[in-house]
Formats: sequence, C-alpha cells, structure tokens
Amino acid sequence: MSAPAPAPTRILAQARFETLTLLRNGEQLLVSIILPAMALVGLTLSPYPALGSHPRIDVVAPGVLALAVASTAFTGQAISTAFDRRYGVLRMYGVSPLGRGGLLLGKAIAVLCVLLVQVLVLSAIALALGWRPALTGLAPGLVGLLLGVLAFVGLALLLAGTLRAEAVLALANLIWVVLLGLGLLIPVPVLPAAVRGLAGALPSGALGEAMRSALLDGAWPWTAWLVLLAWAALTWGLALRLFRWAP
Amino acid sequence: MRTTVEVQDLRRVFGPTVAVDGATWHAGAGRITAVLGPNGAGKSTTIECLEGLQRPDGGSARVLGVDPWGASAEHRARVGVMFQDGGLPNTARPVPLLHHLASLYAAPRPVDELVSRLGIGDFARTPLRRMSGGQKQRVGLAAALVGNPEVVFLDEPTAGLDPHARLDVWALIREVADAGATVVVTTHSFDEADRLADDVVVMGRGRVLASGALAEVRGARTLEDRYFALTGDQR
Repeated sequence: MSAPAPAPTRILAQARFETLTLLRNGEQLLVSIILPAMALVGLTLSPYPALGSHPRIDVVAPGVLALAVASTAFTGQAISTAFDRRYGVLRMYGVSPLGRGGLLLGKAIAVLCVLLVQVLVLSAIALALGWRPALTGLAPGLVGLLLGVLAFVGLALLLAGTLRAEAVLALANLIWVVLLGLGLLIPVPVLPAAVRGLAGALPSGALGEAMRSALLDGAWPWTAWLVLLAWAALTWGLALRLFRWAP
Repeated sequence: MRTTVEVQDLRRVFGPTVAVDGATWHAGAGRITAVLGPNGAGKSTTIECLEGLQRPDGGSARVLGVDPWGASAEHRARVGVMFQDGGLPNTARPVPLLHHLASLYAAPRPVDELVSRLGIGDFARTPLRRMSGGQKQRVGLAAALVGNPEVVFLDEPTAGLDPHARLDVWALIREVADAGATVVVTTHSFDEADRLADDVVVMGRGRVLASGALAEVRGARTLEDRYFALTGDQR
C-alpha cells in the first residue's frame, strides 16, 4: 500500500525545496541580499540623512537586518505564494501527502533559512565596515527578528491569499519601498514629526526600532515587540479567515 | 471488481447554480474510467469532491472507503492527482521537482524510470514556465504517478500531446491500471475514451446521463454518436 514519508521528512524536504527556489531566484536575491547590502554601504558612507549621535554603522546595520526580514518574510513570500496560488501549486500540495499544514511549515522554515543567510552575509559586511553591536542586545535582537518574521509573513499571506498575483507583485514591491522610509532603515525619532506616530505603529517602525534598541543599547524593547505581536495577531487572524487556496 | 471510488447522490451548489445534482457512479480497481461531458456538466466539481478539494453539499464522495474532505496524509499518499492546469511550480525544473515530490512518499516509483518513459529527459533543463503545454502535461502525469498511487485522477492527460507521445501516455496509463490501480480520466476526447477506457460515465447538467462498461454505454453506435444523443440539448 502506498504510504507517505514521515511528517518531519516531508516538511524538511519542502523547506529545502523552497529555500533553494528562493536562493536561485535572481529577483529575490536582488531584494533580499543585494539591495540591503547597497543600503548598508551607502547609508554608512554617506553623511545623509542625519541618524543621531551614534556611529552611523551602529544605527544602519540593525535597520538593514530589519529590511532583510521585510524582504524575505514579506515581499518574497507574498510574491512566491501568490504565484503558487495562481498556478495551482498550493492546490497540488494540498492533495499530496505534504498537505496544507506541511506546506506552511515548509515555507516558514525556508524563510528562516534564507534569513539566516541574509543575517550572516549582511552582518559580515557590517562588521567589516566597523559595526560594533551591543553583545547584550543579541538575545533581544533575535526576539525582534523572529517577531518581525511572524508579523511580515502574516501580512504576506494576507495579500497572497486574497489578491490576484499581478496585484500582489506590484503591491508587495510598493509596500517594501514605502516601509523602507517608515522606520525600517531610518530611525523613527529622526523622521519628520508628521509621520513619526504612524511609523512607530507600523510593523516597519516597530521592527526597525526593536532591532536598533536591542543592538545599539542592549535594551529589551517591549513596546515595539507588542506592536509587532499586534500586527501578527491581526494579519494572521485575517489570513486564516480570508486566505483562498484555489487559483 | 473491487469498488474504490464511489459517488452517491452527490450534490454541490454554488449560490444559485447547482453544479452537481444527485450524481451516482463508481469506479473499480484495475480499471480505467473515463468521465465525459460538456463544459459545465459537473465533471470537474465531482472530481474535486473526490480529491478532497471541495466539500459536498449532499450525498457522498468516497475514495478507498474514505471521505476525502480533510483526509489524512496516509490517505493522500494513496491517491495521485494530475490537474489540467498543471499545478506545478513555474520556476522549477522537472527532474529536481519530481525527486522532491518523490521524497514525500515512503516508497515512490523511481523518478528516472518515469522521466525515461515520458520522454522528460529531452527537456530536463527547461523550467516549467518555458515548457510547451504537452511537456507540462508529461511532467504533471509523472507527478501524479510518482507516489505509486492506488487511485489516480487524471484531467485531460493527453491534451496538447503529439500522436506518438499520446500513445506512450496511453500505454503507461494502461500499465498502471493493469498493476491494480483505479484510474479515473476526465476527457473531451472520444478517441481517448474509446481506446483507453474500460468504463464510461457521461455527465450533463450535474447529472449522470449514462454509466457502465464502455461497450454497454456505446451500444451499437460509436461513443461519439451516443454522447451527442445523450447530451444533444446541452450546448
């Protein structure tokens, strides 16, 4: 009788397949590694915009790690999941032994694998540029990174499961660009007063500030974490209700 | 004949539209059943109920004695599905994709054998998005068969194939049935149904208009004539 492979084998096989697919996609590499690396070098070497009293690299590097999360957990996942849905791939995995739960777990592990590669590459460049993160901030930095993944994957699934693939492609890239300037890369306190409140309440500002507070000062930024958790609850709640698996 | 696929008084409604209206038919192990009918006859909805993609509003759909809606991984491993629109990741290359799909099963069919039988080696390095319709069909069929399923649902398995490839695919499908699997083929091709099927189900407006062994349904006429006699007012 035909039988499935054990569940961990199926999920890890899917994670491996999704990770390799993401890392082999040129456009995805541009958004997840090359553009963040360019932002890291450009913002560190340029005197503009003003980033406060800390050494520029110490402010820029945590923001670039936040940007890496948004690139992979949001833009990459929204676009790949939307096209998987459009081409019936979600439906195919749903009737295979992998199932819907296995597919989601596989995708989640793939996001973490790609993020690990991003963090290693971008941190190496930042350290070469003179970044000296607060070592006491590594644990809260990791917490912020994971909460950011949760919130941004929720947002990605909400878009991918409800809109047409072409609309997701356009919207995910547009949102990524807008969020760059709303607290991901540029610290919320140095933004114009009119957008500071908005940026702090968005997942971009919350994640950016969570990473900067942790890696600059070794702080445990509870408020930013709560904002990310609220976004995760909202987007996952809506995605679970509204996500359509069929094309 | 051991009945493995059972559709009993199946009903599926979408708003004001009754897609399947009390359909009853069955398919058995070791046999190929062709499901025919005009567009909108309820074929795809019925098959999607059997695949576990849709939940019936009335009656029942059972595969291997199991209700497919929300069925376990153990059940899904026993059923192979080929979608007409592919359902395969567009950026993937066929051989790594088939190896990946094989890894979801405990005892899959050898990928190299499927690649060779279906002539996939000729375009092994082409990503799916650059393949012709016929090439995608062959990969889709390999994906449906790679888990050594006991029941296989194939939607238009030879659409877009050249005549030689068509014969190869028919031979492979017959071999799968001869090995004991239940094969359910949805098709618009009378030629395919005539040459491949042991049993036929003709659907129209959500109902079963005829079902049974091919020779019984066809009677003294050709399958095409019989089909048009049954569905003539359903254009």
